Amino acid sequence: MSIQTNVQTSATPLGRDELAALVARDIAPGSFVNLGIGQPTLVSNYLSEEQNITLHTENGMLGMGPEAHGDEIDGDLINAGKIPVTELPGASYFHHADSFAIMRGGHLDICVLGAFQVSATGDLANWHTGAPDAIPAVGGAMDLATGAKDVFVMMTLLTRDGASKLVEQCSYPLTGVGCVTRVYTDKAVFLTGPDGVSVRETFGCTLEELQALVPVPLKAVAAVGV
Amino acid sequence: MLNFIDTVGEAVADIKDGSTVMIGGFGNAGQPFELIDALLDSGATDLTVVNNNAGQGDQGLALLIKEGRVRKMICSFPRQSDSWHFDTKFKAGEIELELVPQGNLAERIRAAGAGIGAFFTPTGYGTMLAEGKETRLLDGKWQVFETPIHADVALIKALKADRKGNLVYRKTARNFGPIMAAAAKHTIAQVSEIVPIGALDPENVVTPGIYVNSIVKVA
Repeated sequence: MSIQTNVQTSATPLGRDELAALVARDIAPGSFVNLGIGQPTLVSNYLSEEQNITLHTENGMLGMGPEAHGDEIDGDLINAGKIPVTELPGASYFHHADSFAIMRGGHLDICVLGAFQVSATGDLANWHTGAPDAIPAVGGAMDLATGAKDVFVMMTLLTRDGASKLVEQCSYPLTGVGCVTRVYTDKAVFLTGPDGVSVRETFGCTLEELQALVPVPLKAVAAVGV
Repeated sequence: MLNFIDTVGEAVADIKDGSTVMIGGFGNAGQPFELIDALLDSGATDLTVVNNNAGQGDQGLALLIKEGRVRKMICSFPRQSDSWHFDTKFKAGEIELELVPQGNLAERIRAAGAGIGAFFTPTGYGTMLAEGKETRLLDGKWQVFETPIHADVALIKALKADRKGNLVYRKTARNFGPIMAAAAKHTIAQVSEIVPIGALDPENVVTPGIYVNSIVKVA
């Protein structure tokens, strides 16, 4: 497919659920996946049975099922966000060092994380605002960012003040260096790497309109059918 | 030497002021609340505590912090919606915090139990949590020098123990139990049930009894 200057695939920006559905469709069948706390958790609602995805939760489980309700709630069975969850047939439990070895050893195919900022070369900032009075808490963010084969970020493109979260260099403290491979936002899907930023598709704007919002040079890649 | 102890109070009685204490649990799952309550009652203070979090709500580790028994927390995720006792102490400058990425926390604990002197890992490279640490380019990746975390005592929670001290856990409550049991000089496990030798399938033992010193049954 030839390089296009207009890669718009939706007439309007995507809502949180539409974006989650798009991420879910992009996950290859059979993958082992960790979904971060917050918006990435929505992705699990759109994974199909045919995809045969195994979800990892870093507190020590593969084969995590949906959130538990009512009688299913068991205080010994929670996810990384400390929400009660269920186990699927074929699930496994392991201790924390094994669970992080699954990430750190490069065994996870994809992790999906939220972000404050992503840089043009895939640096990630998602754990700390850097505010002097903030109590820092990192959890597994740095391990996830560094260990998974692919790191997808889900975020709104702009802050409430209209500033781009895709930036030349992160101003917030880093979680990982050059680790993000894709950024899913309400306005576009970006591919990041050492060669800069490509736009796979846009939602509700043209590439030119997108470029006006984002302070890093963008280039189009051929739209990928999903 | 393995001891079966009748009460949580006796189990923690020898923990001295200034000790480093590992406490199992991720959030409330696997947190040995009864042992922590007994540690609070014992009066031991000036403690360094290793846990993933820094206490939730008004129970367990949160109370130990509230009562000023913890000099230093080594943890990955202290800030939560209900971590108000830690938040207060931290903002008042009354508790020291060593913030460790969760995988580094787990691996540093594992390394202590496995006799590993130190290791390099890519986690944290280029971040403020690696500032001042030695780095090396290994296998094409920049990696950070990390050291083990040893402890005087581990307080952990398991589902069952047999009379050899072998432990099995329950679901995600396993979390830090097995690695803390190996890392501490003295490991105290609270369990829901003590079963005879032979009642646990050896293939399914998660923590071999060699790592366990004291066992107390908690109803």
